[in-house]
Amino acid sequence: MTVMEQRGAYKPTPPPAWQPRTDPAPLLPDALPYRVLGTDAAAEADPGLLRRLYGELVRGRRYNAQATALTKQGRLAVYPSSTGQEACQVAAALVLEERDWLFPSYRDTLAAVARGLDPVQALTLLRGDWHTGYDPREHRIAPLCTPLATQLPHAVGLAHAAHLQGDDVVALALVGDGGTSEGDFHEALNFAAVWQAPVVFLVQNNGFAISVPLAKQTAAPSLAHKAVGYGMPGRLVDGNDAAAVHEVLSEAVAHARAGGGPTLVEAVTYRIDAHTNADDDKRYRGDSEVEAWRAHDPIGLLEHELTERGLLDEDGMRAAREKAEEMAADLRERMNRDPELDPMDLFAHVYARPTTQLLEQEAQLRAELDAEERHHESEGAAR
Amino acid sequence: MTTVAVKPATMAQALGRALRDAMADDPTVHVMGEDVGTLGGVFRVTDGLAKEFGEDRCTDTPLAEAGILGTAVGMAMYGLRPVVEMQFDAFAYPSFEQLISHVSRMRNRTRGAMPLPLTIRVPYGGGIGGVEHHSDSSEAYYMATPGLHVVTPATVADAYGLLRAAIASDDPVVFLEPKRLYWSKDSWNPDEPPAVEPVGRAVVRRSGRSATLITYGPSLPVCLEAAEAAQAEGWDLEVVDLRSLVPFDDETVSASVRHTGRAVVVHESGSFGGPGGEIAARVTERCFHYLEAPVLRVAGFDIPYPPPMLERHHLPGVDRILDAVARLQWEAEN
Repeated sequence: MTVMEQRGAYKPTPPPAWQPRTDPAPLLPDALPYRVLGTDAAAEADPGLLRRLYGELVRGRRYNAQATALTKQGRLAVYPSSTGQEACQVAAALVLEERDWLFPSYRDTLAAVARGLDPVQALTLLRGDWHTGYDPREHRIAPLCTPLATQLPHAVGLAHAAHLQGDDVVALALVGDGGTSEGDFHEALNFAAVWQAPVVFLVQNNGFAISVPLAKQTAAPSLAHKAVGYGMPGRLVDGNDAAAVHEVLSEAVAHARAGGGPTLVEAVTYRIDAHTNADDDKRYRGDSEVEAWRAHDPIGLLEHELTERGLLDEDGMRAAREKAEEMAADLRERMNRDPELDPMDLFAHVYARPTTQLLEQEAQLRAELDAEERHHESEGAAR
Repeated sequence: MTTVAVKPATMAQALGRALRDAMADDPTVHVMGEDVGTLGGVFRVTDGLAKEFGEDRCTDTPLAEAGILGTAVGMAMYGLRPVVEMQFDAFAYPSFEQLISHVSRMRNRTRGAMPLPLTIRVPYGGGIGGVEHHSDSSEAYYMATPGLHVVTPATVADAYGLLRAAIASDDPVVFLEPKRLYWSKDSWNPDEPPAVEPVGRAVVRRSGRSATLITYGPSLPVCLEAAEAAQAEGWDLEVVDLRSLVPFDDETVSASVRHTGRAVVVHESGSFGGPGGEIAARVTERCFHYLEAPVLRVAGFDIPYPPPMLERHHLPGVDRILDAVARLQWEAEN
């Protein structure tokens, strides 16, 4: 019955009672990034964990330097460095159990390496001999994702599937500040919250999306605040403080594992190097800004804390550096060998059941390769 | 011997039955999409699934196509076999990045380590009086993306058989459902479903000697009607239903054209850059010496899909097909 058809007078009443579905207060991030190193909270940090983090940071810094050098030598097609972001990379790897899944972006090879992946396999994409150099299921590391934020819904779906199967698995997905502007970021967070999926989103806010600073990316109070709109907690953390990132991520992972649903963590950090070797950061930022962040270096912060408390001495530092050098030497040595490529691999994995069209094209390439080989043979014979 | 009562079923019912049977046979099959749960889908294809299998296996998702497909990718990464419903052809476009950058190439990216056995159901095509964004023929976009299979049924029995095959496939399948055939009925016994066959085989729906109409999905009934009408002109037309655009069944199509010597490709999709161009090229490459005339295309115009009151001028109809057949250089025969 419409109002027009109603008999008698229409009596206006207030709308049915409205209740907010979620109390936003507990979801709000702190006003300032959470810190441990250099604060009172540091006293409660596990010395063993701090020393382990230190070793991984030193190794990670060396890995970044080696990968950058390999790019300059033409051994990598491109390298997006995570120098300055090692605390985020290492902590993300260390908070996960073996059964958990990591969803890295292209800048997160170090996180994969810190999780235990062979650096040569981690760098396959950037070397260019294939797209993904490892079996994602074996390592529970999704393929390095290049299209921004598109890996986030995958993490949500995987975590949701694991939950449906009754498995005790958490997914941790990495994204940058620029990636938070993408639609897939929004959709992933929304699905995750609606499904209460056991997933943790770590935004490494490194200040820039190639050249575009955060101020041109968002007008939000912080990226962590975006969580509130989806009904999940947002946490803001000092991304160069390895102990703080580790603590905040550990809590978020435990929360997810206990059925508490997703968390969005914003780690405030800084991309010390240019976007990639192909980028010129002099065009969009000054040296003084970079220097200010160098004074808040993840390794420096942790080293200071450990030495102040007598947990690290010169021998310890040297040992960490030596381990890092071993990794770098091995990486250099293996990356300096040319990879073995089989062009027929181009057709091998497109389909489980290849189309007749593809089989024809495969035969064409095979014939071209055979002709090339015959040509080389006859040239060899002629000499 | 008792005869089984064969009740006519609609294509929508056959599709629903295929989903139901797949879910009953394989606990990893999950249906997800907008309105697929409580409502049973806007075309009622998923009617009853949430009730029978629970909302965890037939899930009403938030309204976000990239999110639907993106989360389905993650579910498939974990070993599930998601069947995703895109509500309408044109509403699938937000999911294209996930489709093109991930669904189609995950197997290849990972050297076969991580296949994605996904089925993406997309109601497509016009002829139902839909307002804009509800009648697109988007198959060419999918065909142009390596790594996908693209399948479309035109009969009630095929709706069941092909959807079962698509869900069973270890390759991602874009399953295009001709929405104007959703309510088409056929005497199909759902209790004796046709054997599940792998996708990729075309079928001759009508044998003829004069020329071959190559078509699929919503245009099949139109072509069969045209073939009947052509008899009055003395043409005995063969009609091939492709059923699968990728993989493409060159063998069946070429055999037919070699037999008849003439061919017309018929589809709703636009002509320029549409499937017909590829099909005509393949036929010409394989059957050149058998052809009496160039392969012609009868397609939708190269215009944005028209408003419902004008769509009949756009869609390939019997007359337009017969006009094309008449242009197949019959004089040259004498």
